[in-house]
Amino acid sequence: MFIDYYKILGIDKTALPKDIKSAYRKLARKYHPDLNPNDKDANKNFQQINEANEVLSDPEKRKKYDQYGKDWQHADEFEKQKQYQEQSGSRGSGFSQGQSGGDFSDFFESMFGGAAGGRGRQAKFRGEDFNAELHLELIDASKTQKQTLTVNGAKIRITIPAGIENGQTIKIPGHGGPGINGGPNGDLYITFSIANHPKIKRLDDNLYTSVDLDLYTAVLGGEITIDTLSGQVKLKVAPETQNGSKVKLKGKGFPVYKKEGQFGDLFVTYDVKIPTNLTDKQKALFTELSKS
Amino acid sequence: MQTEHLIAVNEFCTNHNIEVSFISSLQETGLIEIAFVEETAFLDADQLQQVEKFIRFYYDLDINLEGIETITHLLRRMDAMQDEITSLRNRLSLYE
Repeated sequence: MFIDYYKILGIDKTALPKDIKSAYRKLARKYHPDLNPNDKDANKNFQQINEANEVLSDPEKRKKYDQYGKDWQHADEFEKQKQYQEQSGSRGSGFSQGQSGGDFSDFFESMFGGAAGGRGRQAKFRGEDFNAELHLELIDASKTQKQTLTVNGAKIRITIPAGIENGQTIKIPGHGGPGINGGPNGDLYITFSIANHPKIKRLDDNLYTSVDLDLYTAVLGGEITIDTLSGQVKLKVAPETQNGSKVKLKGKGFPVYKKEGQFGDLFVTYDVKIPTNLTDKQKALFTELSKS
Repeated sequence: MQTEHLIAVNEFCTNHNIEVSFISSLQETGLIEIAFVEETAFLDADQLQQVEKFIRFYYDLDINLEGIETITHLLRRMDAMQDEITSLRNRLSLYE
């Protein structure tokens, strides 16, 4: 599909090189990936702007684009003819000699061989940042673990520190898209999506859970066993425990991110269950109790 | 002082084809820190990515030092706000 580079840069076909440079810089300042972290749309816009500048700021490319842009499918024939005419061994345009940024449109690649010429500092740009999402169970996020990810065919080993938060993003420098014209690679951003646990809720480093407590233990006290992320824990229940009351288990919560040995607390809410299907004898005893 | 994570400013500037005065200006505005070992200026490797970003701002995008300072401040605020949004979303999910 034909791309109107003049329209992308918002300039006239008669624009002078200084106008092109000025328009490009203005738009680049708006959409540059460094200024728009994690913004895919801005990144896409920047690639278009960069491509437009790549063509229009190079007099030879601009000439070719102006002449054959709309008939880009026939540009190869034009190139062949040109080569016959210039068989004196001159160095040619060099369009296809540079390092491919890998971020150019099909249109650009058809016309210019998919490569950006090495034009010095202005053409060097950082590669695209990649974003990935990694799903973890709450219990997995409570332990430091190593995982191997495959990003664009390359295997990357990462260590996920215990205590990572749902929605938290970590940056793996240099594992994003390749740099444009020899610029540095982009970064890989991994956002963690931590699934809700059916029984345990997390808020920051604290965990919240509720346990069923039978009426007799609630009234008379006793000992119960509850599940925590680090295994089962025995818990003493005080006599006359009320429904909905909470106890705090210090240090039994979630590990604090990147602070080894530090943990939040676990808050347990008692859900007192009233016995059902009482026998006649039990009903009689409760009646007696109610009169005492 | 450990020197294996330090990069000599002169060497860095030669490799990036920039003036040493630019790095000094970044230090003067407080955007980066420079360490001195036996009177030689060094950059900590942890700062490299940030410094390279400042180079792109200055040389590629024509943004002056005041602009870089403002952008850096705003990007940090954006990061902090993003973290706050994440934290609030997680807090909200506790009540959903």
